[in-house]
Amino acid sequence: MKVSYAHMGTSVMAVNALARTLDYEIVPPTPPTESTLTLGVRHSPEFACIPFKIVLGTYIESLERGARLLVSGGGRGPCRAGYYGEMHRRILLDLGYEHEMLFFWPPLRSPLDFYRKLRTFKGAASWPRVYRALRLTWEKLMALDDLEIRSHRVRPLERCPGDTTRAFRRALGLVDAAETVEETKKARSGGLELLDSVPVYTGDPDDLVKIGVIGEIYVQLEPFANFRLEERLGELGAWVQRSIFLTNFARTDILQRGDQGVAKTAAPYLPENVGGHGQSSVGEIIQYAERGFDGVIQLAPFACIPEIVAKSIVPRLSREYNIPVMTLFIDEQTGEGGIQTRLEAFVDLLRARRRGRKDVDDAALSGS
Amino acid sequence: MRDAVIGIPRYLSYYSFAPLYETFFRELGFQVRLSPPSNTDILDAGVRETVNDACIPIKIFHGHVAAIKDRVDFLFVPRLAGAKMHYTVCPKFLGLPDMVRGSISDLPDIIAPRLPMGRDGLQGLRSLYRTGVRLTGRRVQAMRALHNARRALGRRINQIQQGGLEALGFDQPRDADLTVALIGYPYMLYDTLASGGILGQLRALGVRVVTPEMVSTREMRRHARAYPENLFWYYSNRSLWAGMHYMTSGLADGIIHVTAFGCGPDAMVNKLLELESARYGAPFMAITVDEHTGDVGLRTRVEAFVDMLRWQAARKEGLT
Ligand code: SF4
Ligand code: SF4
Repeated sequence: MKVSYAHMGTSVMAVNALARTLDYEIVPPTPPTESTLTLGVRHSPEFACIPFKIVLGTYIESLERGARLLVSGGGRGPCRAGYYGEMHRRILLDLGYEHEMLFFWPPLRSPLDFYRKLRTFKGAASWPRVYRALRLTWEKLMALDDLEIRSHRVRPLERCPGDTTRAFRRALGLVDAAETVEETKKARSGGLELLDSVPVYTGDPDDLVKIGVIGEIYVQLEPFANFRLEERLGELGAWVQRSIFLTNFARTDILQRGDQGVAKTAAPYLPENVGGHGQSSVGEIIQYAERGFDGVIQLAPFACIPEIVAKSIVPRLSREYNIPVMTLFIDEQTGEGGIQTRLEAFVDLLRARRRGRKDVDDAALSGS
Repeated sequence: MRDAVIGIPRYLSYYSFAPLYETFFRELGFQVRLSPPSNTDILDAGVRETVNDACIPIKIFHGHVAAIKDRVDFLFVPRLAGAKMHYTVCPKFLGLPDMVRGSISDLPDIIAPRLPMGRDGLQGLRSLYRTGVRLTGRRVQAMRALHNARRALGRRINQIQQGGLEALGFDQPRDADLTVALIGYPYMLYDTLASGGILGQLRALGVRVVTPEMVSTREMRRHARAYPENLFWYYSNRSLWAGMHYMTSGLADGIIHVTAFGCGPDAMVNKLLELESARYGAPFMAITVDEHTGDVGLRTRVEAFVDMLRWQAARKEGLT
C-alpha cells in the first residue's frame, strides 16, 4: 500500500527516509504550490485555517498520484489541530477517495494506542530495523536544521543575492541523497562547507538587525505558507532566528523548548496552554527581548485561535519589553507583494531604532 | 466587603450559567451588576478594544467589559477550561481573562476562577468556592452560596428542557405549522444582537423553534457516541450533537446553523453538519453573523428557507 503524508518544509526529506527504510512504497508529497492551495481551498470549509487547506490539497495530490494510506501526526489540546485528521478523513471520503488514515497521537497521551499504531505502521520490519530507521530520520532532521540555521547566518552577509539560497538547495540535495547515518553526517559537513564558501561581506555580525520569528508551527516551517519569509528577511540583510525547529529540544544554540521554560516565562501574561503555539509565542517574545533581538515577527494563519489569544497580549509585551512585534496573519488572499512591503518597512524600522539607540549610547558615553 | 459591587458581563458563558453566577455572588453578600443587554454601543466598543482578528463574540464580550468596568469593584471573567486531559475548550475561553487584561486598560480587580468543563457541562466548582472564601473569608457561607447557586442552575436547566424557549423568555407562535431547529452557541442564539434577531424573525414567520438547550443530556450522549471522543469542545460538541438529534429524530422540519464570523471551531462543525444533513436528507442552512450582517439580508435568507420548508411540506401532503 503506497503511503503518503503532509509536507512541512525540509522535514519531509527525513520522513521520506523513514518510510523508505521501513520498506514502504511511498508517494513523497510534493512541495505545495498555488494549485495545491486552490485544491485545498475548494474542498475546505471557508474558515478553516490555512494549514488545514494546504495539507488537504497535498493529500488530494498524493491520492491522485496513487497513495492509499495517509499518515498524520494528530494534534492535541484545545485548538483545532485535534480534529484536523477526522475532518480531512470525512472530506476525502465525501470526495470519493478510498484510502485509509493512520493518526499518531502524541505517545504520552495514550502510550498503548501509540504502540499499537507503531506496530501497524512498522509492518513486517523488525524492531532493530525500526530503531535504525528512526536513527537515520533523526540524523537527517539534525542535518537539515543545522543547514538551515547556518543559511540564516550567511544570507544577510552574502555579496551576491541568491547565492546562499542556491548553496542551501544544493546542500539539501546532498542530505536527501544520503542513505545511511554515515552518509548523512558527510552530507551535513559537505553542505555546511557549501554554505561557508558563499562570498560574504566582512563585518561584525553583531551589527546585523536580529529578528526572532515566532508563531504557529506549520506556517513557520513550510516556506510556501510563509512566502519564504526567512529568505526575504535574509536578503534584506537581517539575521533571522525562528523559534521552532523539529530538533529544538536537543539544541542549545536556539530558544529552548520542550522544557517548561517558555511556559514559565509566559505565565505572568498567559498562564494557560491555549493550544497550538499560543503560549510559546508569548514566552518567546520575552526571551527574544531578553537576548537582545531587535524585533519579533509573529507568523500565524488567519483566524488561528491560539495566536489570536497571544496577539491580544502582544501590545502589552511590546511595551513592557520595549521590542517591536509585527504580526503577519496569512490566508489564501495574502499576496507576496504585501508581505514584501511590510517586511521592508519592518526591517527599516528596526534599523532606525538600532541607530537611534546607538546615538543614545554614544551620547551617554560622551557625557552630554 | 459587604455591598461591594461585582460586575458580570452579560455575555458568553453567562448565557449558560447565569443563575449560578448571580446566585453565588448575591448569597456571598455582593451587589451584582450586569452589563446592559448587548447593543450597538457595546459592539462598537468591543470592535475598538479587541485585536481585530478575533471572532465577533469575543469582541462583543470586550464591549461588555468596557461597558461596566468603571462602575464595579470587581469584574467576574471566568476562565473555562477542559476538565480532564481529553476535554478541551476554545482557547479564547481558556485565555479570556488574559485577553481582557492585554486589551483593556484601567480594569478593576478581575475575578477569574478556572471552571472545568466536562462532556455534560461544568464539572466541579471548587475554584468558585475558593474564590468565595478568598473574597469573604467565610467558608460556611461560601459553601452555602455554592450549594444554592448550583441548585438555581439545575432548576433553570430543567425549566428550559421542559418549557422550551418560553422558559428563556422568548415567545413562540401559538399555532405553528413548522418547527425549525436553531443550532449554535447560546451566546449566538439568545443574544439578540449576536443572532441578528433571528428568533424574532422566525416567530414573525409563524415558526416554532427548538435549540440545543432543549435536548436532554441522555440524547446528547447518544449522539456523542457516533464521533471520536470529544471531537470538539463543549459548546461545539453540543451544536453537533443537537444538530444530529434534530436531523434524525424528526422533531424539526429543518435546521439552521447560526455561526459566528471568525469562529474557528464552527467552520468545522458546520462542515460536519452539512455532510450529515446531506446524508439524512434534512434541509439545512448556515448563517454566518458578523458585525455588518444587515437585518434585511438575514431576513431574506430566513424567509426563503422557511418558504422552501413550507413548499416541501405541502408537496409531501399532496403526495400522500
Ligand atoms: S494552531 Fe492555529 S492554525 Fe493550527 S490548528 Fe490551531 S487554529 Fe489552526
Ligand atoms: S468558539 Fe468560536 S465564537 Fe466562541 S470564542 Fe471560540 S472562536 Fe469565538
